[in-house]
Amino acid sequence: MVYLTRKAEFSASHYYHNPEFSPEENRRLFGKCNNPNGHGHNYTLEVTVKGEVDPRSGFVVDLKQLKEILNREVLDALDHRFLNKEVPEFATRIPTTENIAISVWQRLQSRLERAQLHRVRVYETPDLFVDYYGE
Amino acid sequence: MKAHLTRRYWFSASHRLHSDSMSPEENQRTYGKCNNPHGHGHNYALEVTVSGPVDQATGMVCNLVDLDEFVQGQILERFGHENLNTLAAFRECVPTTENLCREIFEVLQRGFTAAHLDKVRLEETMMNSFEYAGDAEVRK
Repeated sequence: MVYLTRKAEFSASHYYHNPEFSPEENRRLFGKCNNPNGHGHNYTLEVTVKGEVDPRSGFVVDLKQLKEILNREVLDALDHRFLNKEVPEFATRIPTTENIAISVWQRLQSRLERAQLHRVRVYETPDLFVDYYGE
Repeated sequence: MKAHLTRRYWFSASHRLHSDSMSPEENQRTYGKCNNPHGHGHNYALEVTVSGPVDQATGMVCNLVDLDEFVQGQILERFGHENLNTLAAFRECVPTTENLCREIFEVLQRGFTAAHLDKVRLEETMMNSFEYAGDAEVRK
């Protein structure tokens, strides 16, 4: 089994708010992140896939295809967007780093052919990242 | 859905690697420059990984404010700008980064209850790092 990781970057804005909580509760829980006008990050994404090496091509996965899927399914949807307002799943789900990692996994999983998705890692800043293994 | 959240922190401390159970020659041979009696320091980078189900109401594994407060109060203030050899935790053991990594893991495991502690990763310099996950395997 060989593991291959592809890195990508995207920039997006978001804010944290749960409509079921009172304004005070939202502010207490989410602090500055509750500002409804949003704030932004430069996210770094690492997608790790795993699989056996194809004896003919020597590839676990065709990196060109992986890059195309990543661009189409993830970056086109998230890059330079206000996540709460422009990305459908974040209309009902708070776009925390945890939920972004889960969303990236869900967007990629059914699109990959040969290789199996192993891990999605999303860096919100260099000091904070989330790993999701599809569990 | 279970996610693993990692937060990175920094602190600076000094230490001297010296074991009372070794002769001066053996200490010198084992630890080399690190055995300098006056000690030396590092900028340590600490990564704490916690995990748990993502709370649907908050979108979080745990509130980052709680993790930051705990690490600030119990780890960064305890070890930052200290000579590690003078601390109670290293009275019986050498303050290698292996032992420091384990000590930090144990402090977190005893006191931080808002999420499951997966792993502590400690960089002594940009060239070497140590990971400890208690009884579990370090997951890649």
